[in-house]
Amino acid sequence: MFLQQIVNGISLGSIYALMALGYTMVYGIIRLINFAHGDVFMLGAFIGFALSTRFSFSFFPALLMSMAACAAIGMGIERIAYRPLRESSRIAALITAIGVSLFIEYTMMYFVGARVRAYTPLLPSSIYTFRGVIFSFQQIVIIATTVALMLLLNFIVLKTKRGKAMRAVAADMDAAQLMGIDINKTISFTFLLGSALAGAAGVLVGIYYNSINPLMGSMLGMKAFIAAVFGGIGSIPGAMLGGLGIGIIETMVAGYANSMYRDAAVFLFLIIILIIKPTGLLGSSSGEKV
Amino acid sequence: MPILFWLRSPKTTRARYFDTSKGEKMKRTKNVLAMLLAIALVLCSCGGGNTADTGPIKIGVNYELSGAVASYGIDSVRGIQMAIDEINAAGGIKGRTVELVIYDNTSEPAEATSLAAKLMEQDNVVACLGPATSGSFKATIPSAQSNKVPVISASATADKEVTVDANGNVNEYVFRICFTDSFQGVTMANFSANTLNAQNAVIFMDSASDYAKGLAESYRATFEALGGNIVAEEAYVAGDTDFRAVLTKIKATNPEVMFIPGYYEEAGLIIAQAREQGIDIPILGADGFDSPTLADLAGKEALTDVFFSNHYSSLDESQSVQDFIAAFKAANNDVAPNAFEALGYDLGNFIADCVSRAATIDGEGVKNAIAETTNFVGVTGSFSIGADHNPVKAVVVIELNNGEQVGAQRVEVSQ
Repeated sequence: MFLQQIVNGISLGSIYALMALGYTMVYGIIRLINFAHGDVFMLGAFIGFALSTRFSFSFFPALLMSMAACAAIGMGIERIAYRPLRESSRIAALITAIGVSLFIEYTMMYFVGARVRAYTPLLPSSIYTFRGVIFSFQQIVIIATTVALMLLLNFIVLKTKRGKAMRAVAADMDAAQLMGIDINKTISFTFLLGSALAGAAGVLVGIYYNSINPLMGSMLGMKAFIAAVFGGIGSIPGAMLGGLGIGIIETMVAGYANSMYRDAAVFLFLIIILIIKPTGLLGSSSGEKV
Repeated sequence: MPILFWLRSPKTTRARYFDTSKGEKMKRTKNVLAMLLAIALVLCSCGGGNTADTGPIKIGVNYELSGAVASYGIDSVRGIQMAIDEINAAGGIKGRTVELVIYDNTSEPAEATSLAAKLMEQDNVVACLGPATSGSFKATIPSAQSNKVPVISASATADKEVTVDANGNVNEYVFRICFTDSFQGVTMANFSANTLNAQNAVIFMDSASDYAKGLAESYRATFEALGGNIVAEEAYVAGDTDFRAVLTKIKATNPEVMFIPGYYEEAGLIIAQAREQGIDIPILGADGFDSPTLADLAGKEALTDVFFSNHYSSLDESQSVQDFIAAFKAANNDVAPNAFEALGYDLGNFIADCVSRAATIDGEGVKNAIAETTNFVGVTGSFSIGADHNPVKAVVVIELNNGEQVGAQRVEVSQ
């Protein structure tokens, strides 16, 4: 039973981790909590749904197209809503982010309705048993996709020129600009990466839970945001660790204590972590983060 | 900052199955206004026209024909109209035709109050049918009591303060012909213990709705009284999607049945994930399962050995049900009737039956006839009106196999 709960926790945590990366990268680079991130995730789920039902796309094309579309949407949001406010107060940008989030949610609700719909079965739902632990093919795909995307992200951030630029802008925007780094391009690129991951998470969640609706991004987005803070906002390994951590804590509380206290326990852990280590598990205390 | 997120919980978009519990406070102020309006109407219309003994018998129909739960009202009225048309075609009641006075309460309780007053005081109806939802139906109770005209609902299933007020007194002019929410819990507990012969049950409930809480409570009490054990009681919140952790825990308790009081949005996912985790026991639910979306969410294969209670099933083989289905299909482009249409049809026939038995054709006479009803035969089951003005009625338990309804049986339980 314990191993089963670990499997449950890791699958849930992988999704939180994919989402948390988007929050943490954007925060790391422009110190903005992008509340619209959860809604980009929701759009990703709906785009995958539309592609697979209308144009009968299979899993990988639907996943890639949805990631591409979400990347474009994320960059668009940054260009239209956040860039004009880059020099204004942080609270103005934050309120704008909430506005964008509500705008996306209720625009989608206008077009697709509030009802819950079932997802297209893009992956076979075969079940495997290994030493009494049950896991599904979908769980394997989710974990594998998450690991692959994280490795890719790590490579981009650590080994490419673009990634170096991102790290430079995150460390000191003015100095980076003086060194000839195109700030706008770098920030756009950050949104591109984060939103593509959100799009992938959207399709994976749609398949895994077989249920999508226009408000699905708000609760999941908040949990992912907590995961990012838990792991240390601004830190990419922290987001991965935070996502998995929150997923496993939730599962363990629901599995061994009372399912009613699941969400309360998550917040309690967050508070404890922030009291002991205000920057989160892997957050650095440099600069003015958190 | 996360607090801002809480402000838009997805719960606000969920429609209560039979009850649109809107802001209680606002409703109350609206009710007061509506009552004032009703009083004004009484003063204006004093001594309004007497009911002639030869003219048509007027029956008020006060339903949600537009607004949030319009489909409940429209379907109910379609059933009522069909029943009344049949009665008029057969010569009416005691040589008099039945005339329906139909108003739209726009799914607003305050509007339901003023329409009830209008029907009773200006249109001089002998009884009012509807509204469909508990919230709006409750709003018509004061008018019924003060005008001494009975109101009857076919689908207001809320447990509290409908036919019996907060102090436990029966509202003399208020009746319903459907079972209450918690009665479904009683029925499913009997079904678990007697039909499925289960000893150990788990309850996995929606902790965010009164409907689910009422069901869980009555299921637990009844199942334990029948000698069963509730081995685990778990909860989820409407909008959750991941139930695997709790299901893994439930599996370890080795239950024989799982009861899920809640709505199909989550129940569908719970069933899918339970089957994936290898939980092969029968899964039970109530009328919140009644949606075609349940099969989409759970997947057809998972929906095997699933049972839920409902008012009516098209699979019922009794002659009256099959005749009703055939007649309904003939009149409605071959579409099979749903539960609301069946309940509406029963309500139309029921009121006609009561009027024909009434000593005097007025509110008082019809009220007495309703209260004395025994063994009325309807498509949603035969029933008598009990002392608490609720019907003593069998619940239909529908069995799903591979996503399809394969069986329906009436489970008789004393209420």
